[in-house]
Amino acid sequence: MPDPMRIRAQASGDKATVRVLMSHEMETGQRKDANGQVIPAWFIQDVTASLNGKQVFHAEWGPAVSKNPFLQFNVKGAKAGDKLSVTWKDNRGETRTDEATVS
Amino acid sequence: MSLACAIQPAMAQKSTADGIAEYREMLQDGNPAELFEMKGEELWKQKRGSKNASLERCDLGKGPGVVKGAFVELPRYFADTNRVQDLESRLLTCMETLQGLDAKKIAATPFGKDEQKNIEGLVAWISAESKGMKFNLPQNHAQEKQMYEAGKRMFYMRGGPHDFACASCHGADDKRIRLQDLPNLTKNPGASAGFGAWPAYRVSSGELWSMQRRLNDCFRQQRFPYPGYASDVTIALGVFMGVNGQGGEATAPAIKR
Repeated sequence: MPDPMRIRAQASGDKATVRVLMSHEMETGQRKDANGQVIPAWFIQDVTASLNGKQVFHAEWGPAVSKNPFLQFNVKGAKAGDKLSVTWKDNRGETRTDEATVS
Repeated sequence: MSLACAIQPAMAQKSTADGIAEYREMLQDGNPAELFEMKGEELWKQKRGSKNASLERCDLGKGPGVVKGAFVELPRYFADTNRVQDLESRLLTCMETLQGLDAKKIAATPFGKDEQKNIEGLVAWISAESKGMKFNLPQNHAQEKQMYEAGKRMFYMRGGPHDFACASCHGADDKRIRLQDLPNLTKNPGASAGFGAWPAYRVSSGELWSMQRRLNDCFRQQRFPYPGYASDVTIALGVFMGVNGQGGEATAPAIKR
């Protein structure tokens, strides 16, 4: 089971700023280990976010994103008390979903 | 992802230090050390070891279970072990006495592996609980004063194939290495800025480095033999830097390039 994300969502005016910190190795597949063997690629491919169950964000990522990625975006029309959920899926098929309440 | 927002008008007058400070500030918002903090808080409360106990009764110097403010008063003297201990050696004591884990084995574990990984989380969380507080290391006990003197000796001891000491780089103002300003660890603000930032997340390696790991790297850079994990010489250096940084603010867990 992958480690949890840290999600903060703060409303100001007519939008909310969402900041997400994910725990992931993000191996590019281009590095070698001490024995000269290629370390297999392992990275987040797909990130989605929903506000009260409705999808508001989708991104496709590649191996160029750094380890333990930080993602920030704005959601229009989000108010305090709204439920925000973020899901990522990596190239091994592992997935993690975490929720936060907009404050 | 945060780096994508880094593009901004070039400013010719900006110094390297400003640039680095700006880079740190940008990353501060999404400091992955927070992921370690989350793990650490969980580990503190989790029942583990042969005694199936949590660390919640661990005395970090302010009484059993008190975490807030403990970080800015360490290393300090502990009567039960009759030793001056830093955060990590104290954690080893607690893990052994409360949880029944083997402190010797943990100390011999390479950084970033097994139980050492758990220590990373614990130090991240414990230090974060004192973020923004001012360093106030006690110097009342004879052993604490002795450790300060021992740390000072170590700090100024020149040796190794390059014949240099900690003080060669960190003993005067306005020194730098590879365009990076070096803090003067013999007085403030250098001592608190330098000492008070560790544990920290290192972007270059994607790992959280504890103070012990950072000191280990100092020994490596001097081509000295590695000090034992949580050994007295590393604690003495901690006392020296911590006392010099008295009154300065703790920013740990910080983010470093």
